[in-house]
Amino acid sequence: MGSDRDSARRYWHSNLRIIAILLSIWALVSLGFGIVLAPFLDQFTLPGTGFPLGFWFAQQGSIFTFVILIFVYVRWMNRLDDEYCSDEEDE
Amino acid sequence: MGVTAWTALLVGASFLLYIVIAIRSRASSTREFYIAGQHVPPLANGMATAADWMSAASFISMAGIISFSGYDGSVYLMGWTGGYVLLALLLAPYLRKFGKYTVPDFIGERYYSQTARLVAVVCAIFISFTYVSGQMRGVGVVFSRFLEVDVSIGVLIGMAVVFIYAVLGGMKGITYTQVAQYCVLIFAFMVPAIFISLHVAGTVIPQIGFGAIPSGSEVSLLARLDGLHEELGFSPYTSGTGNTLNMLAITFALMVGTAGLPHVIIRFFTVPTVRDARKSAGWALLFIAILYTTAPAVAVFARTNLIDTVENKNYLEIPDWFRKWEDTDLIAWVDKDGDGRVKYRGGNALDPVKPIFIDERGASGERLLANSETSNDNELYVDRDIMVLANPEIAALPNWVIALVAAGGLAAALSTAAGLLLVVSTSISHDLLRKWLRPDLSDKEELRAARIAAGAAVCVAGYLGINPPGFVAEVVAFAFGLAAASFFPAILMGIFMKRMNREGAISGMVVGLVFTAGYIIYFRFLHPELDNAENWWWGISAKGIGTIGMLFNFTVAGVVRSFTPDPPAEVQKLVESLRLPR
Repeated sequence: MGSDRDSARRYWHSNLRIIAILLSIWALVSLGFGIVLAPFLDQFTLPGTGFPLGFWFAQQGSIFTFVILIFVYVRWMNRLDDEYCSDEEDE
Repeated sequence: MGVTAWTALLVGASFLLYIVIAIRSRASSTREFYIAGQHVPPLANGMATAADWMSAASFISMAGIISFSGYDGSVYLMGWTGGYVLLALLLAPYLRKFGKYTVPDFIGERYYSQTARLVAVVCAIFISFTYVSGQMRGVGVVFSRFLEVDVSIGVLIGMAVVFIYAVLGGMKGITYTQVAQYCVLIFAFMVPAIFISLHVAGTVIPQIGFGAIPSGSEVSLLARLDGLHEELGFSPYTSGTGNTLNMLAITFALMVGTAGLPHVIIRFFTVPTVRDARKSAGWALLFIAILYTTAPAVAVFARTNLIDTVENKNYLEIPDWFRKWEDTDLIAWVDKDGDGRVKYRGGNALDPVKPIFIDERGASGERLLANSETSNDNELYVDRDIMVLANPEIAALPNWVIALVAAGGLAAALSTAAGLLLVVSTSISHDLLRKWLRPDLSDKEELRAARIAAGAAVCVAGYLGINPPGFVAEVVAFAFGLAAASFFPAILMGIFMKRMNREGAISGMVVGLVFTAGYIIYFRFLHPELDNAENWWWGISAKGIGTIGMLFNFTVAGVVRSFTPDPPAEVQKLVESLRLPR
């Protein structure tokens, strides 16, 4: 039973780490690039287009990133679930 | 075929489709009525969630808001999509693991308290009704603009359709009609956008088109628009005008509020497994992102088209759509200098801002107004909604495309209304009756109660749609603020803080709610004359105050928890089980 709890705790801590990484990126692209750093980024344009970079992050880039973040989360968590479940069966 | 005939045909066909789906997916138990028997595949749930979430406001008003506010409108784009990341990572999988029927159910069980459940029920019903009255109104407005029927009759037709599938099928019926409604609304939004992008920017992908440099031009579309804005005295399009802290607070409040809205959360109860809950959040955001990344492109195309078509043109030479939308009160022109040409400049043309038409025509044939003229050069009033409603006409697209916009707007409004009404009916039949007043209710009786509650909720929503309280716009800020300050922190702490107890959660929710509601009521209802940046606390407007309410909620909950008893052992076990995938 002790190792059961161990693997549950490991699972939860890995989950928290994944959440922390992905939410940092989430905040960086939207609140960071899209708002706080937007005036600075606006002096550049997205290569090959006429988008000021900060404006692009606020109206396009952050949304694309959000979609990718959720699918990365799905992948990572599925892998973590599999590891956890095989851990449980080993005990 | 004319526009009206096309509209009647497309709207009629889409309504028939919804009703057929409703009859095929009747609910036979409370499990089916509340959570569609948990048989919904993740992809279908993603589409249903997208339709559930994208309301009449997203479909009709959002592109217009961005079109008129430029960069400042980004708060809605980021706020209403970023919330799904929070939902996917912090709430959806765990609530699916919990597996019960409603949000108040989770709050009540996790905090072992009927008081907490009641606070949650009141919030859920309040949020849902404020939101739903706007949807029913949207249905009526679309009917009156496109089919020339009275707004009230439009609302009644919408009510009848929602009544059929919500009362018969509950969540099961709503889910599959929402899948169909998503397809209708996204098609209706994308077709005009693609046409216009091709026309203006020479590419079929609007997301690329609005940043493109059109052939034969040296500057990009955005640079040209910025130039036009500067020339005509509007604030710049691609950069901000507001205070950064306020913008952060609004974006964050909208994100957190989105994640805390009960009609969105319950959609994740309907999938078979925890994995499916995560995956369907990804699909939902992808389907939402298709519209949300197109809207800013439509905003730029529409804005440029509008300026090019009307600015400094003779009133009589402007195409017909201008006078048609003038007839429906969405456009007003006052010929200040008497030269018969329309001048579209920065600032409000009229005082008060909204036009008050009188029954007379001016020298060029324009409708005359009772408003007084402002001292600036601007002669034009344009309602924001016109950017989506009239955009296909402004760009001279075929009649069937114009008609499609009506069917899409109705799909967006009806799908959201149905999801909200379900929250109201389950809160009443499950949380109030079964879990509180009448625990002895059988499943069959509970199902009947749910159907009656859904029917009654449709009637109340219809009444609010026909007689809208004068403050619908203010009230939407309310719904997000309250969701951000109450549900989101309570659920989050319920999952991630095993030791959070009843006392902490309830006092947090109450403080968050009272503070946020108090701030909004003070500035929006009691002292609207003080509603400006000078008087706001920390420069944060009523729209962003939910962020501060949320912080108060967390702080108060943490402090109260530290000197009250830990939650009982079985609740701590429940939290541990929520955190594991099976």
